[in-house]
Amino acid sequence: MTAIAEPLIAFFLIVSGIFGFVGSFGLLKLGDPMSRMHAPTKATTLGVGGVLLASILHSVAIEKHLSLHELLITLFLFLTAPITAHFIAKWHIHRHETPQSLPRAGDDVIWATHDTPEQEDGDAA
Amino acid sequence: MITYAIYFAFACFGAALLMNLWRILTSDGVGVRVLALDTLVINTIALLILYGLAIGTEIFFEAAMIIAMLGFVSTVAYARFMLRGNIIE
Repeated sequence: MTAIAEPLIAFFLIVSGIFGFVGSFGLLKLGDPMSRMHAPTKATTLGVGGVLLASILHSVAIEKHLSLHELLITLFLFLTAPITAHFIAKWHIHRHETPQSLPRAGDDVIWATHDTPEQEDGDAA
Repeated sequence: MITYAIYFAFACFGAALLMNLWRILTSDGVGVRVLALDTLVINTIALLILYGLAIGTEIFFEAAMIIAMLGFVSTVAYARFMLRGNIIE
């Protein structure tokens, strides 16, 4: 069991280290803010997921007891990373783009995030 | 073998922390700074868990969990502030 588990744990650790490095390197290297958001929200989450997977394997195969704390952290990170990315993308849309400068919104005239606040303001006024 | 893999991962995430810090210091927009802070928090979680793995204790999982929650809440608070001008309306 340990003979199989040790290389597997080392593999997960190395892969997760590379992913974590690539995530931050992308944040540094890519050009505009929306491209920059692409790297850390995906690669870094995957990197941390790899570390947690290695930690679960380590506790099961080497310390011989099952610990699932790591799954909680993994679940939490995988739930919250998209929400963070969504908020920052929304900030960028409202601060640096106009409804005309965005790509076409399909069947609608403008994107929904530009649609609602003006209507509420109109009703309040 | 695991020891060297842990050292490698330590080096990778340490370099990632430095790159995030550089991005926070030299960025041109506040949104990218908030994103870099969020990445900093996630990398810190990874480092904490690696440290727990290296010295063979489980006490750091609770700390990592708390840092994950605080990091998420603070990022959302920053994003709310950037979007609306205040956090709780």
